[in-house]
Amino acid sequence: MIDFEPIYLTLKLAFCTTIILLVLSLPLGYWLAYSKLKSKVIVEAIVSLPLVLPPSVLGFYLLLAFSPENAFGKFLDQYFDIRLVFTFPGLVIASVLYSLPFMVQPIQNGFKSLSKSLMEASLLLGKSKTETLLKVLIPNIKKAILTGIVLTFAHTIGEFGVVLMVGGSIPSETKVVSIAIYDEVQAMNYHNANVYAGILFAFAFVVLLCVYSINHRFSQTNPLQ
Amino acid sequence: MIVFKIQKKLQSASGEMLLNLDFEIKENEFVTLYGSSGSGKTTTLRILSGLSEADKGIITINNETWLDTDKKIQLPPQKRKIAYVFQDYALFPNMSVRENLSYALEKGQDKTIIEELLTLMELEQLQHQKPAQLSGGQKQRVALARALVRQPDILLLDEPLSAVDHEMRVKLQDYIIQVHRKYKLTTILVSHDIAEIYKMSDKVIVLENGKISKQGTPEQVFSSRLVSGKFQFVGEILKIEKENFIYIVVVLIGNNVVKIIAMEEEIRDLNIGNKVLIASKAFNPIITKID
Repeated sequence: MIDFEPIYLTLKLAFCTTIILLVLSLPLGYWLAYSKLKSKVIVEAIVSLPLVLPPSVLGFYLLLAFSPENAFGKFLDQYFDIRLVFTFPGLVIASVLYSLPFMVQPIQNGFKSLSKSLMEASLLLGKSKTETLLKVLIPNIKKAILTGIVLTFAHTIGEFGVVLMVGGSIPSETKVVSIAIYDEVQAMNYHNANVYAGILFAFAFVVLLCVYSINHRFSQTNPLQ
Repeated sequence: MIVFKIQKKLQSASGEMLLNLDFEIKENEFVTLYGSSGSGKTTTLRILSGLSEADKGIITINNETWLDTDKKIQLPPQKRKIAYVFQDYALFPNMSVRENLSYALEKGQDKTIIEELLTLMELEQLQHQKPAQLSGGQKQRVALARALVRQPDILLLDEPLSAVDHEMRVKLQDYIIQVHRKYKLTTILVSHDIAEIYKMSDKVIVLENGKISKQGTPEQVFSSRLVSGKFQFVGEILKIEKENFIYIVVVLIGNNVVKIIAMEEEIRDLNIGNKVLIASKAFNPIITKID
């Protein structure tokens, strides 16, 4: 019998990760796009690290950091009574770090693609930078934000290495679909593995289909983007 | 009165250049900054509006200090009440024409100014359109209207007419002159077009490599000698035809093609494409090269 818990868990993880990343990436992408500080290349490199690092490397370091044996994990455990290893919140934090470039880069590029004079015009109309960001800049990079949301959501669903290292495979807590497939294959339950794999396959295709059709419509109604 | 004394090092294609300017502009004056590209015209507007910083200098507007590097005073662009029309118009693509104008309203400001500007710029029919649906000339009018919503005293125009065709250009020049007079603005225009400068400005400041090389009325700046003509027009030579002993010079003035009779010695340094000044002293038109 197929257990639907991993599917629910996967969607919940992807949803939480996407929301958190959206909130984080708007200011971060804005800063990366407009800051004149030379040191921002360091931040840019750190944000992009998950693109090139094997997920197991990132997962390994997070596992060490979260472990109650080590300083950071001990601090969380003692003062806040929080455990991040092999728990869902730990999985969310790991996913946020792992998918960071997938949200930040489209948003940063979206800001960069806007003419500088849009922001300057708004400032000269007496508006603050925050008001300019909320009313002028963000509404004009909707397409970039949508791309970031979809990429992050899809990327989180397809995650395996980081989840395995940080979360393990605890049913109802950290056992997401990609892990479930691995477990089923290990146990020779090819039928179940096939069902899970088919669901992910169909989902990925539908998501991309939506992105492309929405993008087409956007570019028809708004040639400026 | 605008007092503008600034210095700024600029990186240009031909190496480092020092922008070193010192000029004054009277209230309600229409001034044009003229000069080749890279001579510092746009930077001057940007420093005046606070979008770019100067290395050293002072800007005061009617005894109010906007910039004083020695006293470390630098008013942010938001606090300098200036209307600025960008070369690319900088209309907000997510807002309709009316929303672009309303966005500029200050807190508690009377909204009737929106209707007034929409009517003045003949934009009522277009008020619910998005910028992407507008032509170049229409965008231009929206940008001008939006800049004027806060009712500033100073209008800065950064080559706003370079991207529209000739006919539209002439019409937009009239709009600009109209608002300059109606709202008693002090206007600074960046322009390359001598005909435009003659038509619009009280004063021209010519920039060369970051310095003022000449300033004065358009006649003083562009005519090598003063012509005391009754009528003066600036045009561009389209054709020079020889006919027996005389020459006929075909000149485009505004959008009219005019034929001027000239003698051989008069046309000697004239070429097709030259900008010329056509002046008429009673019955005898004089034709003089101006650049």
